[in-house]
Amino acid sequence: MKLRRVKAIAAKEVLQIWRDPRSLMIALLLPFTQMFLFGYGVNLDLKHIPTCTFDREGSQQSQDLFKRFQASNYFAITRNVDSYGALVAAIDRADCKIAVVVPPDFSERLNDVGTTSVQAILDATDDNTANIAIGYATAVVQGYSSDVQLAWLDRQGETLQQVQPLVVQSRVWFNEDLESRNFIIPGLVAVIMALVGAQLTSLTIAREWERGTMELLISTPVRKSEVMVGKLAPYLVLGWIDAAFCLAMAGLWFGVPFRGTLLTLFVTTTLFLAVVLSIGYLLSVLIPNQAGASQVALLVTMIPTVLLSGYVFPIDQMPWFIQQITYLIYSRYYVTIIKAVFLKGSGIPELALPILFLTIYATAVVVLALRAFRKRLD
Amino acid sequence: MNADQAAEAQVVAENLVKRFGSFVAVDNVSFRIARGEIMGFLGPNGAGKSTIIRVLCGLLRPSAGRAIVAGIDVTRDPEGVRERIGYMSQKFSLYRDLTVEENLKFFGGIYRVPRAELRERMRFAIDMAGLAGREHAIVATLAGGWQQRLALGCAVLHRPPILFLDEPTSGVEPASRRRFWELIHTLAADGVSILVSTHYMDEAEYCDRAALINQGRLIALDSPAALRRTALGGELLLVECDALGPALDALTQAPGVIDCSVFGSALHVLVADAEQGRRELPAFLASRGLSASRVERIAPSLEDVFVQLIAADTTKRREAA
Repeated sequence: MKLRRVKAIAAKEVLQIWRDPRSLMIALLLPFTQMFLFGYGVNLDLKHIPTCTFDREGSQQSQDLFKRFQASNYFAITRNVDSYGALVAAIDRADCKIAVVVPPDFSERLNDVGTTSVQAILDATDDNTANIAIGYATAVVQGYSSDVQLAWLDRQGETLQQVQPLVVQSRVWFNEDLESRNFIIPGLVAVIMALVGAQLTSLTIAREWERGTMELLISTPVRKSEVMVGKLAPYLVLGWIDAAFCLAMAGLWFGVPFRGTLLTLFVTTTLFLAVVLSIGYLLSVLIPNQAGASQVALLVTMIPTVLLSGYVFPIDQMPWFIQQITYLIYSRYYVTIIKAVFLKGSGIPELALPILFLTIYATAVVVLALRAFRKRLD
Repeated sequence: MNADQAAEAQVVAENLVKRFGSFVAVDNVSFRIARGEIMGFLGPNGAGKSTIIRVLCGLLRPSAGRAIVAGIDVTRDPEGVRERIGYMSQKFSLYRDLTVEENLKFFGGIYRVPRAELRERMRFAIDMAGLAGREHAIVATLAGGWQQRLALGCAVLHRPPILFLDEPTSGVEPASRRRFWELIHTLAADGVSILVSTHYMDEAEYCDRAALINQGRLIALDSPAALRRTALGGELLLVECDALGPALDALTQAPGVIDCSVFGSALHVLVADAEQGRRELPAFLASRGLSASRVERIAPSLEDVFVQLIAADTTKRREAA
């Protein structure tokens, strides 16, 4: 490999990128818009679920219960109805996700019998939201219920300690506020880098074939490795710029806590870029037209990274078979790494295994791309 | 070709065959190109001219036979060959979105032209192509003739001893074509061996030797003068007479006549011996009640030769098949 020829290829590529607004747009605008769209769009926290109340009793105690719903962050009472018909209509129009109904004998039964029930009606078209909402609603009702119980015990002269022998005190580590954003945004950086990286390089060889410049290039003594390194180098720099930009946005704009070191981030991100840039390059070698290569690049980076990298869907909740497939998804390793670097402050020694996998992956793709590129027309 | 010339041969093709599936694109072609020689490849589109050139550049692997360029077997060491050749492909293949200077710098880097020399070589290429003052023009904005000369400039930047030029003058206006051939001659005078293909038959005149290729086979290879003299397998007579049709029929059967065809308002008659024909044909026609106003020996143009040879070759193959 001769440095002179690598430099000539790289310099030419830089000029072509600079003069082709399309690649510059992909490189600089796409990460920015994606970061914003996904950063704000993907949020698994349910807050302020629109709630409808139907108070069939109208007592002090029923209002107390609703106040607790209102006081919780999870619910926002947007509507008070006075008939089942109005309640059904509110759910049908999707004005509310959940309706809470207090029976007409609520306080009476609570005081006399000691037990009663409230009804929750949920819009379960989105079963995930419904499940979470019912969980929160149960918690609110239980909180109210135990307060009522304590008040009753208090009246009987009993003390708190005697009724609650064991209390779980949970401490949440790494993502103390359980903000889903904190774990989604670092993974999002991986998704965007995979998408943009492979897109950029998927055009580079296909462009030469399409414009008819490849025949002359392969008639020169330039080596395959020189073409590859020369062509990928400028995109690695672009990738660094994009990565720096996305990571800065994650930390500074979206406020994801950053506890690792920049060195770890730099080493692992470069490794990941090497994988995605080489995948794009390999596709460009295999598919000699720009449109085709970029479509396939989108397909093989975006879909597996979004679905199987653990960026938003946890891998350990997938069926066993699918979990095995995720080991083949390069983004899985980077998503693991980047979440750990951001939230746990892990360093290179702790991340040795995913780093090793990424290295193996990068080597394999580079070897494949070198073998696939032929300096011949037949 | 004697032993000295053979030793000096820069390009040697021996029984080259290139098949694409069942289609034979190059069929047992052999030739040599000496140092400083301009070899022209002529023939109809699809005859296999580009395929032979691509085999010699190592872009296509020969199905059989050997190709030796600058003393190196192309199949064994294609990169070694590529260091020593300059190539202009049929389709313009410089970077159109780069400037004149950027293209030259790129190829200077790819061929590792010593940095101390590069500036002077670029100057040479720019002057040769007549592009002085347009160094910073984007190539896409240049006219066809300029683009082609720049492509030649890029191909000779590293002083290759051998040049392969695949239809460098196609689509270029006549004045630019002439200028291009002057450049080729200048390079050959410096000892560069040049293989140039063209579909303009008249350009064969500019070559030291011309090879005529039809359906993948080399059907004639000689200097333009020798081709004119001997390739037809006889000498050409122009016969002017009143009744063209009957005269054509009669002459086809005349002794010593190889072929006869209508050419404008006269006949072109191919005979074994022109002098004998001039003496005997008028009498032969008279014996059939026909008269010739003029019988004269003419020199065939290369176009005559090529048209005749290609037609004969195509007929022969159809009969063989």
